[in-house]
Amino acid sequence: MSKNTEFVKFAKVDKSYDGKVLVVKDLNLNISEGEFITMLGPSGSGKTTCLMMLAGFETPTNGEIYLDSSPISNIPPHKRGIGMVFQNYALFPHMTVFENLAFPLRVRKIEKEEIEKKVDKALSMVSLSGFESRMPAQLSGGQQQRVAVARALVFDPAVVLMDEPLGALDKNLRESMQYEIKHIHENIGVTVVYVTHDQGEALTMSNRIAVFNDGKVQQLSSPDKLYEEPVNSFVAEFIGENNTFGGEVVDISKDVCKVKLNKGEILANPVSVESKGDKTTVSIRPERALINPKNKMDNNQIGKIEEVIYHGDHTRVRLDLLGNKEFILKVPNSSNELDLKLGNEIKVGWNSQDARALDPK
Amino acid sequence: MSSETKQILTTDGIPLEISLKKAERKNKIKAFLLVAPLLLFLIITYVFPIGEMFTRSIDDKMITNMLPKTFKSMEQWDGKELPSEEVFASFLSDFKILVENKKHGKLAQRLNKEKNGFTSVVKKLFRQVKRNKIDETQNIKEQIMKVHKRWRDVEYWQAIKRTAPPYTSAKYLKAMDMYLNEDNKIVQVSEDRRIHRILWLRTVEVAFFVTVFCFLMGYPIAHLLATLPMKYSNLLMICVLLPFWTSLLVRTASWMILLQQQGVVNDFFVIIGLVSDDNRPEMMYNKVGTYVAMTQILLPFMVLPLYSVMKTISPSLMRAGKSLGGTPFVAFWKVYFPLTIPGIGAGCLLVFILAIGYYITPALVGGASGTLISNQIAYHMKTTLDWSFASAMGLMLLGGVLVIYWLYNKLVGVDNIKLG
Repeated sequence: MSKNTEFVKFAKVDKSYDGKVLVVKDLNLNISEGEFITMLGPSGSGKTTCLMMLAGFETPTNGEIYLDSSPISNIPPHKRGIGMVFQNYALFPHMTVFENLAFPLRVRKIEKEEIEKKVDKALSMVSLSGFESRMPAQLSGGQQQRVAVARALVFDPAVVLMDEPLGALDKNLRESMQYEIKHIHENIGVTVVYVTHDQGEALTMSNRIAVFNDGKVQQLSSPDKLYEEPVNSFVAEFIGENNTFGGEVVDISKDVCKVKLNKGEILANPVSVESKGDKTTVSIRPERALINPKNKMDNNQIGKIEEVIYHGDHTRVRLDLLGNKEFILKVPNSSNELDLKLGNEIKVGWNSQDARALDPK
Repeated sequence: MSSETKQILTTDGIPLEISLKKAERKNKIKAFLLVAPLLLFLIITYVFPIGEMFTRSIDDKMITNMLPKTFKSMEQWDGKELPSEEVFASFLSDFKILVENKKHGKLAQRLNKEKNGFTSVVKKLFRQVKRNKIDETQNIKEQIMKVHKRWRDVEYWQAIKRTAPPYTSAKYLKAMDMYLNEDNKIVQVSEDRRIHRILWLRTVEVAFFVTVFCFLMGYPIAHLLATLPMKYSNLLMICVLLPFWTSLLVRTASWMILLQQQGVVNDFFVIIGLVSDDNRPEMMYNKVGTYVAMTQILLPFMVLPLYSVMKTISPSLMRAGKSLGGTPFVAFWKVYFPLTIPGIGAGCLLVFILAIGYYITPALVGGASGTLISNQIAYHMKTTLDWSFASAMGLMLLGGVLVIYWLYNKLVGVDNIKLG
């Protein structure tokens, strides 16, 4: 079965609320059928606006959104057939769980027996069978969330939108719900558009992640690529932890460039620099820099330990390295032969391939 | 077993329950003292007057005190034939005391209320007594019967007997256009004298329609208030509350200026050619005026409870309803509307109860066909000075409100009310 790679398509979509500021700028995004795509970004980055435009509660100021190749800007929300899970669940408080789930089926004039069957199936999918006659207020937060998910799926929509659905849950519950939603998606193969500002959530659940900032998609790629190969310094900064050096390119070849810092020089991977004299921000993930590296590495520096923080499974070491006093290293708990004492000077090495020379901030 | 029945003790060995009571007593006293002034105020200004109203409305002691001997001797009388000599004699002795104290007029008034035609009869007897024409050594029955032919009519003696109990339901029956006839049966007054029942029905009708109008106008306003952005909703809120800050009299008077035949609204209709100048419609001194003015005045009482309920309804619920496939109407009707029922209940109850006892506005703009029962109460309070009748009607109004409240509680549940 060939899947439609343009199942949902944003084409040149702009959105402005007040006619002065664009909250979404020239958005082009294709979502393929059955995909779990996450819109990730800080608050005010336009991700929720995109979701609302797709759901039909906001209209694009310019451009068009296509669902299964047909434009939907002029279709009201109730005719789009898109399921939605809201931030605060939005369960109807005056209806039982059964009535909540039956609502989308009843408005579609489905027969009574069919409704009961579908509701049963949806409830067992979120392992809430037997809760039909409860009122939403009698359920815990996690249970309410599952009812909301079941309700958004019960009428077999082509696309399900989720607007920070786990935001109100505590940490443990959030993690288990992440897996649960991921498994539901894998089982029924519905297209999911998920909005969150929690990068951990996005990395765990998604096929692809669209990182939003300032109304634009900064990078759209799979979670691992997003983490390993950020294309600009915003993404590098926003996803995971990050050590940065600001500098100027003094020498550049195909695979490697030399960046001059305030103190010293380092070798880096030229991602978004092109020629000598370009300003750049070099980004290195903390786990890619090693202490006393055994293998040969093309960057070798000396740093002074400023702070040691014990984290159980690993220890974070803050170094003063090449003038950057916020250089973080993650040392696994197994390497206890290292002498991590305040003020000690240690050798640190990394490969130029892992030091990405990105756009200057 | 023993551990279950064993009393739980505190660390110091005092039983836990006693210790808890002791610890909480101070707070309880404090709480009571805080509400005590209000409680006292309510008792003095509310419970006591209502009790007073009630006794006044059923009180019939005046005549019982006027004719003590008569009623005593009447106890044996079967009420079919004319009473015995003894009854006539005790009546005469009671009457003489009344004449001495110049209270015979009041007796005539009271008896006339019971049966028409007593005034002249009592007056005639008074003249005879004053001139000492009645000889107490002779047969008193014969002498009194000679004074006026009505003294020979058993119906008049029956009327006197009916006034004997110190309490009477006559005022309540009168308010329903009914009375107790000679056979102690409740009957309706003749058709041309039935005025109160029309007023009751009109009062309920006006209160009902004012409530409906307030609801129809208040619901969209409250919805707008709850959904508009803050800066607009504040302005609108002031517009809703503004009438609250204006005197009721001023508001009613301004409606009079607007609605009268030479008033602003009629002028406007004439200018736009809706009506001709010599055929201006009457919009005041009838029910139209009462409806318009009362709806405007009572509107805030509908808007505010509705607003406070709507404010708590998350806008995402309507969105959820729509995204799940409900048309905007279905989403409104199945999701939004049921959630506003507590506000609707509170608003309607409030407006209805206020409207049913409304007085000033119907008095000023209502005219003859727009007056309500409260105007009748005021009329008896101020003009006829029949306070007991006014009390009876007032209590019936209160009873009606309580019945409505009870009905509402049965149908919707008072717990569902949300006033703010």
